[in-house]
Amino acid sequence: MTASSPPARAPVPTGFKPPRTNLHTTRVLPGFKSSLSLTITYLSLIVLIPLAALVARPWEHGLQGFLFVLTDSRVIASLKLTFGVAAAAAILNLFVGLVVAWVLTRYSFPGRRLLDALVDLPFALPTAVAGIALCTLYAPSGWIGALLAPLGIKIAYTPLGILVALVFVGLPFVVRSVQPVLAEFDAEVEEAAQTLGASPLQTAVRVIFPSLAPALLSGFSLALARAVGEYGSVIFIAGNMPYVSEITPLLIVIKLQEFDYAGAASVALIMLGLSFLVLIGLNAVQLWLSRQGGRS
Amino acid sequence: MSLIVNTITKSFTNFAALHEVSFEARPREFIALLGPSGSGKTTLLRLLAGLDTPDSGSITFEGEDFLRLNARDRRIGMVFQSYALFRHMTVADNIAFGLNVRAAKERPSKAEIKAKVESLLDLVQLQDFGKRYPSQLSGGQRQRVALARALAISPRLLLLDEPFGALDALVRKDLRRWLRRIHDETGVTTVFVTHDQEEALDLADRVVVLKDGEIEQIGEPLELYRQPKTAFVFDFLGHANQAQGMLSGGSAQFDGFSVPAVSSAADGQITARFRPFESHVSKTGPGFPGKVLSILPAGSNLRLEVGLSDGIVYETQHAHDSEAATLRIGDDVVVLPTKVYAFG
Repeated sequence: MTASSPPARAPVPTGFKPPRTNLHTTRVLPGFKSSLSLTITYLSLIVLIPLAALVARPWEHGLQGFLFVLTDSRVIASLKLTFGVAAAAAILNLFVGLVVAWVLTRYSFPGRRLLDALVDLPFALPTAVAGIALCTLYAPSGWIGALLAPLGIKIAYTPLGILVALVFVGLPFVVRSVQPVLAEFDAEVEEAAQTLGASPLQTAVRVIFPSLAPALLSGFSLALARAVGEYGSVIFIAGNMPYVSEITPLLIVIKLQEFDYAGAASVALIMLGLSFLVLIGLNAVQLWLSRQGGRS
Repeated sequence: MSLIVNTITKSFTNFAALHEVSFEARPREFIALLGPSGSGKTTLLRLLAGLDTPDSGSITFEGEDFLRLNARDRRIGMVFQSYALFRHMTVADNIAFGLNVRAAKERPSKAEIKAKVESLLDLVQLQDFGKRYPSQLSGGQRQRVALARALAISPRLLLLDEPFGALDALVRKDLRRWLRRIHDETGVTTVFVTHDQEEALDLADRVVVLKDGEIEQIGEPLELYRQPKTAFVFDFLGHANQAQGMLSGGSAQFDGFSVPAVSSAADGQITARFRPFESHVSKTGPGFPGKVLSILPAGSNLRLEVGLSDGIVYETQHAHDSEAATLRIGDDVVVLPTKVYAFG
């Protein structure tokens, strides 16, 4: 094969990006200043000021008091449990959520709409109710717990129970992030893969899932964030044994009940810092993904 | 014959997309499927690709029953209207995709794939773009990547669905010539779908004109142009002026004058059609009387619009140095066709 002469066009220099257009100097819609000031005021009242208070609070007993809390083995154990189980739950939800979203968008079957609506239930249900229901089911005397007990598997009152509760509250985040992207996936792209000789599995793994990555990641981040902060459903099923199944939010409540406000704020601040780091990390991955894939 | 399509019929829920369509393509031939939207041309292309199955009829390619193979196994190269590039892959990975997904024992070695990708990037004039992502390319460049990706699997048949639909006029014309050259170099039998008659006539060895799921005419571009079989083909291939007249013995009689006619109709009342460039305008003489509405340049010609008293507007084309050049808007003129067509 030899090259034919090129269609005439100016070469685009490597790294060239068209000028950004999101900060218009002339705008179609008015109200940039008023909407920005509303945004900043609102975010300050709802997010920034309470968090600033949290940062200001722990120093009653000086840095030493804070470090004492930071190195308390009970606090460290609870942090490990909270972030570890939350991550495990989010990872589990990543796979299950993808399957659920896939089934809901790709197949039509009787009851699909009902199933679709069910996905949102964990959003709507008071988490304490969910916790009690799960606990009743998975307790050694419960329907599912009774089946697992002879196998030596204990779910309620163990970290495994926490996992069940966090999977429950996190699932809708992954499903709802992935579903619209999957629904709008260009059918021609799949057909192109097919005509190029890819099997259905290869098409799914090499073509469809990679383009879902940004949506999967944002679903994962939301599910993780939700799981880290979850309190209501967990305390009923966890058993709350210090060092074993005691989550950090519970530890904060315990400190509050003991009127140890500075200690509670210290734990909260550590949690806030860790969550912040995790979210920054996930955002960086998100940015990298979107740089790679780009949007056409 | 390499591709034989025989009495293909395809209906979707309560609407027939194709009705007993048959045509053949010779090896190395470049065939255009031309028709307005809804004529079934894209449906036909999808049947060839194996992305849909016909209700009845057969498709054979080099003696092989194509309908028994699914899209995966037909080894055809398909270029989609939306390009359908894999967004998360670089240009090079896009092109290599068809080779990378092959079973291990059929897959060329990494070095062979790399060499193949290089040579295809060369062919589509995107040598330095291998590491870019599709989002960093212009429309025309994406189209060329899509073509390179389709060619990578050394297809037995190349199918293109409105390949230039989304590009601007200048780029289209460039790519058209270039596509034809690539076809001539690779020698792959090609079927391409378009609604643009100029594109079809310009590119294809033979054109299949479709209307409402049926074939109106198959022929070489010149043949279609000079001997259109139906009024639809005549109207679709270029601007047509219409006039009522009487046909008798090879000429059409109008009000006080007659014009030679190419006709498949029986003698009697006819709707005659004539091309803008097969007519004269002058200030006096026989013809259809009217007023000049506009005079505009159309490339090597002058294009006139002449309004008749009954509201009909005729479009005519003349050389820049003809009598038409002396006319002004508002002048009273007569339009005299030099040749008319009539269809039975």
